[in-house]
Amino acid sequence: MEYLNIVFQEIYKILFLLIPVLVSVAMIVWLDRRVWAFVQKRQGPNVVGPFGLLQSLADALKYIFKEIIIPASSNKVIFILAPIITMTLAMIAWAVIPFGEDQVLANINVGILYIFAVSSLGVYGIIMGGWASNSKYPFLGSIRSAAQMVSYEVSIGIIIINVLLCVGSLNLSDIVIAQKNMWFIIPLFPMFVIFFISALAETNRPPFDLPEAEAELVAGYQTEYSGMMYAMFWLGEYANILLMCALGSILFLGGWLSPIDLYPFNLIPGAIWLIFKILLLFILFALVKAIVPRYRYDQLMRLGWKIFLPLSLTYVVLTASYLFYFNLLPTN
Amino acid sequence: MIAHAIFFYVFSIIAVVSAIMVTASKNTVHSVFFLILDFISISCLFIMIGAEFLGMIMLIVYVGAVAVLFLFVVMMLNVAQQKNQWFISKDSSKHIPIGLLISIIIFFELIIVIGGWKYKPELFNSENQNIINSVSNTHSLGQVLYTDYIHIFQISGMILLVAMIGAIVLTFRQREGVKKQSYIKQISRERAEGVEVLEVASNKGVKIDD
Repeated sequence: MEYLNIVFQEIYKILFLLIPVLVSVAMIVWLDRRVWAFVQKRQGPNVVGPFGLLQSLADALKYIFKEIIIPASSNKVIFILAPIITMTLAMIAWAVIPFGEDQVLANINVGILYIFAVSSLGVYGIIMGGWASNSKYPFLGSIRSAAQMVSYEVSIGIIIINVLLCVGSLNLSDIVIAQKNMWFIIPLFPMFVIFFISALAETNRPPFDLPEAEAELVAGYQTEYSGMMYAMFWLGEYANILLMCALGSILFLGGWLSPIDLYPFNLIPGAIWLIFKILLLFILFALVKAIVPRYRYDQLMRLGWKIFLPLSLTYVVLTASYLFYFNLLPTN
Repeated sequence: MIAHAIFFYVFSIIAVVSAIMVTASKNTVHSVFFLILDFISISCLFIMIGAEFLGMIMLIVYVGAVAVLFLFVVMMLNVAQQKNQWFISKDSSKHIPIGLLISIIIFFELIIVIGGWKYKPELFNSENQNIINSVSNTHSLGQVLYTDYIHIFQISGMILLVAMIGAIVLTFRQREGVKKQSYIKQISRERAEGVEVLEVASNKGVKIDD
């Protein structure tokens, strides 16, 4: 009986986290489209509900009622598994994101490694979807995305090492607490810029949306998907973007900490600050989508391997030597 | 404790079955997917014995990078053509003795190691490796990796580097007559050298590219 109680409590906690995440994914799609339209001097979705806020809901309803078409020559099991894997991986990573001093679902010791592992598994949804479709454009898209995501993971990993050198712990709450005096964006600003750009590439956002470049590949790995399965890919993609924004705000923008530790700012709960920072980063994502043209594939690879990797490796050496020379290495 | 045992058996059964399926499945891409499943369940087992750092690194390195490259290569092969051939054709039989030999050697090695560990534990002196139990997994790994095992660690890194450079040298070939884009040239182009105004005679045309 006691065991069941624990299980129900945990399920309640998980739902309390996941349902807001899913709702905010829907809202964030609306925000994305509005920002995009704003930059291009259009209206954007403004008809359904106040300011068009319910547009995503209408879209979701449309997706649910559409027929799911499974191509006859596709590999059916893997074809169906691919969107499920994408969405599941985007959801489970939220388990370790801390929204406050002790407001975290699973406060594990290797939190940052967990997020890194889950985001590196994200490539499988795309590869499986592209291969199982048994069609040329999806396959080309998935091959592209496999190479792209693996390359940019390398630089993200090394940027994370920079932060970990300053913290001395892999726990996400410890990373936030270590920024109490100074957010890491100040000493590690170049790393923040590289992290932001790599996050764009990692989540297949424009200008790095080569896997689904509509001018060359129709819709990349999503070409053969329809109805709810397409919607799941789409949900997973946006949940991943939100996750990358959350990771960026935890690593560099001080997570749940308020910008200044003074009276009126103290009263606002930490979760609100974190959400505010995630939204800020997301608006940057949306602006980049509207402003920057798409990269060519060889330029993308050159940027990842020949510019970001040496730069972030050099910065690791710099950070480590600075900390070592001034005896600032964290010990615990 | 019961829950622990149940999870252990679930993960180990998945690991063993998927390891068998890697060799037994006829579609090569399916084999790689079973390999990935195997890696994931083994990393779950690592986490269950408290080696959370090792489990996560296993996920990141093997599943996130190595298996992706496997999949990359295997998907490039024409799977429909490769299917079944090895299992149906007669000349496959010459592979079986070699495979059997290797698996028998591995089996005996396992018997020796596990038997020795079970009946003569003093042969494998794991006590004097100064692993501290009070700190977390990551800390204790870090404390021995760059102190006691620095040479082994660096040498293994060098071996990987040499293997990487060797692979690049072996496959790299310079081809003649390939048009390459040099981004430095592209960026540093000025209007004066890029644009040329020509007087074109009627019905003659101009040769632009030579």
